[in-house]
Amino acid sequence: MGKAVSFITRNFGKYDPASLAGYESIGGFTALRKALTMDGYDIARVLADNGVQGRGGAAYDMGKKWSQARDVKGEHKCVVCNADEGEPGTFKDRELLRNDPFQLLEGMIIAGWSVGADNGYLYMREEYSHLRPLLLSAIEQCEQAGYLGENILGSGLNYRIHLYSGAGAYVCGEGSALSESVEGKSGRPRMKPPFIKQCGVFHLPTCVNNVESLSLVAPLLLDDEGYYKSQGTEDCPGTKMISVCGNVKRPGVFEVPFGITIREIIYDLAGGLEDGHELRLVQLGGASGRICSPAQLDTPYTYKGMRQADLTAIGSGAVLVVDERTSVIGFLRMTQEFFSHESCGQCTPCREGNRHIALLLDKVAAGTHTQKDIDTLKKFADIMSSASLCGLGETAQSALLSCMKRFPEVFAVKEEVAVR
Amino acid sequence: MKPFSQAADTLDQELAGKIDGILAAHGGDATQLVGILLDVEAAVERHYIPEAAAYYVAQKLGVKPTQVYDVISFYTALHDKPRAKFVLEVCNSAPCRVKDSDALLAALKRLLNLEVGEVTYDGRFSIEKVPCFGACDVSPAVRVNGVVYGHLDCEERILDMLQQLN
Repeated sequence: MGKAVSFITRNFGKYDPASLAGYESIGGFTALRKALTMDGYDIARVLADNGVQGRGGAAYDMGKKWSQARDVKGEHKCVVCNADEGEPGTFKDRELLRNDPFQLLEGMIIAGWSVGADNGYLYMREEYSHLRPLLLSAIEQCEQAGYLGENILGSGLNYRIHLYSGAGAYVCGEGSALSESVEGKSGRPRMKPPFIKQCGVFHLPTCVNNVESLSLVAPLLLDDEGYYKSQGTEDCPGTKMISVCGNVKRPGVFEVPFGITIREIIYDLAGGLEDGHELRLVQLGGASGRICSPAQLDTPYTYKGMRQADLTAIGSGAVLVVDERTSVIGFLRMTQEFFSHESCGQCTPCREGNRHIALLLDKVAAGTHTQKDIDTLKKFADIMSSASLCGLGETAQSALLSCMKRFPEVFAVKEEVAVR
Repeated sequence: MKPFSQAADTLDQELAGKIDGILAAHGGDATQLVGILLDVEAAVERHYIPEAAAYYVAQKLGVKPTQVYDVISFYTALHDKPRAKFVLEVCNSAPCRVKDSDALLAALKRLLNLEVGEVTYDGRFSIEKVPCFGACDVSPAVRVNGVVYGHLDCEERILDMLQQLN
């Protein structure tokens, strides 16, 4: 466990997550008090100075996002906390919600102050419904203590947080689909523009952040010694929550400094592979993530390092380790099954692409494919990536495309079939 | 053979009362429709939204029944047909599959003599394949009425889990 750190997870186990008094006793809400004396842009600058990139997957510069959200003119604005952690293999937000709900709420209130919003929406996936009572009670306790409501701590900020539930739709992690869902409708992504930052929930300017991004705000504002920046690497400072699962001895959630290698994550933190098995591949960033081959294990876990190695730049922070018992094509079919199920069916490239790629993968698995099938596979995957309406279709074939590069032998055409 | 009663499709006083409570808990807010329907589903023994309940919710919230059905049919976690008292949701995503959740699924099918999507004659059990529910650290896992049972990698543990469902 040598490489694990504790910054965003510093409160885990230190207080009873059901008790606001417990959170206050370990210094809770001092970050909010500090934030309320600061200008919104200055808060955004703290995030920018620390080089924080959004933790939801798109890795957008968070300080920039907040100052842009503040720039947007509007009488009413919203903050959305995206807790629709739907990427298979990702469960880090679950730990943040369960172990430190108040740090998240504090981050959401600071976000409201910084961008000038009057409502915050916490959109949590149905699969975490067991955490609903905890969060509802946390919100209520904050209201009673005056951290939420009218004129918060005498600052003039009026801000409320509402808990909304998803219902098992992966696509609702996409900002505009999430907005539709919060409005009580089916979660189909909208055409863009207008973008969420101008026209999101209830057609109001909306600033959407991931649970981890928002949980990071309070500790960062209090980090006067620059601990966060001292972690990680020079071009990618800080720490990151990752969730490791699959064929490893100790699956779980870890907070790591950026710059750790994938090898260290698998062999040091997660205890290595299950006995007697060999590594086949690693999928990073959830089902929409690219595939890392065993030869790439020494890639540093930073946005730039991963991008240079042609891997998903961090994404959701999922690390799925797969051993030799699952074949590459078998794994791709599992991933494909997921996307075939989760495509919302609204746009043609994603709806039809997923269907036909699934059929072609069956053919590859059976070994009856021709070169033409492989070309079609690649063509459809490329069309989906460039022409889909939202991020789901754009990234659904990341695993396939990266496997075609890294494991070309899997797609090699058997000669007798090619002749036919 | 008529395996079980479909009587729940009428809105009785009891369910109407429960729905009123659910609506009140959500502040009668029509934008909370998804959460409201989830709670209604949890309140019905066979974990679905009877037609009469759907219309009742629509009327009380002042939204069109078509919007309620748009939502029910869109979201995987909402259902308009009766399911079972205990729906065994088996994770079908890669993190559980690489931990051999296929064997778990096969064991459940054999032990309950059921296929995916079928319901036992007494309406108690059914098996469904669902996408990742975020319990990858304890995979292979099953989720039953919101509760996750993990590490189901041998028959003993699977039987143990089934016996806890009562």
